[in-house]
Amino acid sequence: MITLEFVNVLMGLMMVGIAIVNLRDKTSPKRYNNAGFWGIYAVTFLGGSYLPNFVNGLLVIAMVLIVAIGKLGGAPPEQVSRADREVSAARWGNRLFIPALTIPAVALLGTFTLKSLHVNGVPLVDPKQVTLISLGLATVAALVVGVIMLRPPASAPIVEARRLMDAVSWAAVLPQMLAALGAMFVLADVGSVVAGILERWIPLDTMFAVVATYTIGMALFTSIMGNAFAAFPVMTAAIGLPLIVHRFGGDVVVMAAVGMLSGYCGTLMTPMAANFNIVPAALLELPDQNAVIKVQIPTALMLLAANTAIMYLFVFR
Amino acid sequence: MAFLPLIGILIVVVGFALRFNPLVVVAAAAIATGIAAGHATIDVISAFGKAFVDSRSVPVVWLALPVIGLLERAGLKERARTVISRIQVATTGRLLLAYLALRQITSSLGLTSLGGHPQMVRPLVAPMAEAAAESRWGELSDRTRNRIRAHSAAADNIGLFFGEDIFIAIGSILLIRGFLDQNGVHVEPQSLAVWAIPTALCAFLIHGTRLVLLDRSLREEIQGERIADPLNTVLAPDDGLAPDDA
Repeated sequence: MITLEFVNVLMGLMMVGIAIVNLRDKTSPKRYNNAGFWGIYAVTFLGGSYLPNFVNGLLVIAMVLIVAIGKLGGAPPEQVSRADREVSAARWGNRLFIPALTIPAVALLGTFTLKSLHVNGVPLVDPKQVTLISLGLATVAALVVGVIMLRPPASAPIVEARRLMDAVSWAAVLPQMLAALGAMFVLADVGSVVAGILERWIPLDTMFAVVATYTIGMALFTSIMGNAFAAFPVMTAAIGLPLIVHRFGGDVVVMAAVGMLSGYCGTLMTPMAANFNIVPAALLELPDQNAVIKVQIPTALMLLAANTAIMYLFVFR
Repeated sequence: MAFLPLIGILIVVVGFALRFNPLVVVAAAAIATGIAAGHATIDVISAFGKAFVDSRSVPVVWLALPVIGLLERAGLKERARTVISRIQVATTGRLLLAYLALRQITSSLGLTSLGGHPQMVRPLVAPMAEAAAESRWGELSDRTRNRIRAHSAAADNIGLFFGEDIFIAIGSILLIRGFLDQNGVHVEPQSLAVWAIPTALCAFLIHGTRLVLLDRSLREEIQGERIADPLNTVLAPDDGLAPDDA
């Protein structure tokens, strides 16, 4: 059976390659730091399932120390000049879109078909992880299509992957680090401390105050945790269920659905949601790491007001 | 001390405000939170390592980088620009509006993997949005270019967030059901999905309006820069928009 370990091995191999390209790049002043950072990251993918958790923890701390003390080098310049890329673009035309669109096409196909494939009664792919494994397979398929079509030098895919990975740099690891922080918040029961503060300090004696506290609290707490999924159980146990549903007789479905979407407004406004906000800023080579958040804040605030209105109007029908 | 577990939040807020490296700030906050909660250092490092390794599926999209880099090397971005500059009616705002609608609709059908920043925004959406502005106004300043790129990433996020909850088998709906079940309340996934629709419509109206207004705002920004620095105006502003058309 193909499990998530397949994706981990792919990621690990890619990170090994990126570390090696960095190590061999004599023009990069930080090549040892970058090679060490991506090399250790590769170990967490290839060995993470087998090493003791304490060792994994030390590996992550080593990566953080490289960033904190040694700093990482940025992306190398593009290897092919703009003029050459224009010539190549004219030569290949719209066929260049084929490998790029292979990724979503194969990912979708895999998601729909792999679930039902069995070999000797055993599912071919872990049914719980079909989406992620399909995405992993799709990137391999797209790479094969791209290599067959373009016939680049053998080193080109990994050299190019290194160029993009070093452009994103440490931000590539941030979403995972935030997930680890979230786990520590759960360990320390941060949620009930925050809920306790809200209950104690906010007057919750009118229907509107309760609804607004819940929606704004969802957005605020999501901004802190970086994830509406972490905020939802805490806020709903503290305010949603006891006050909106039980005391004021609100509808549980409207409360839960609109409450979660209020959390999403918080996701748009916080650097803690690194996957959506910080990573694309790095990926698009924006000098301001908060540039995407700044664009999203007006929409998020207006939508949070809209959510509060929707809940107030419909939850007590 | 009841508030001690909040030290992690304090470290994050102060660290981000002082612009320390976010990776270092978050790691420090995680370790500090565990220790503040009264666990032994070895246990904290183990829990931290386990949580990190357990989330290894989060960065799976990076597997697209070899092929995306390969295609960029072969001129993918340049091709995306050429295609969009041939479409006369394409403006930055209209293009991103179309992408927002497409992303919301496909996400609401559960097809969330059709978008994404590494696969779609960097190689296709952002170059197209830039090219739509360039074909009207010529070379863009870095400030304008970066603003268009940030808007491209934002359209992807907003389309995803306020589309996916209409699909009944998405993670958030499963989480809501699971949590309510634990509290003795049973709800149907369909009814949760239906109540995601009003917010989805508001999201499209609000952000769509901002995108329609973006064209006018970009034109004013570009003309303002050229008036402030006329010697830089090698190309005459080739404004394809009538004043009341933005």
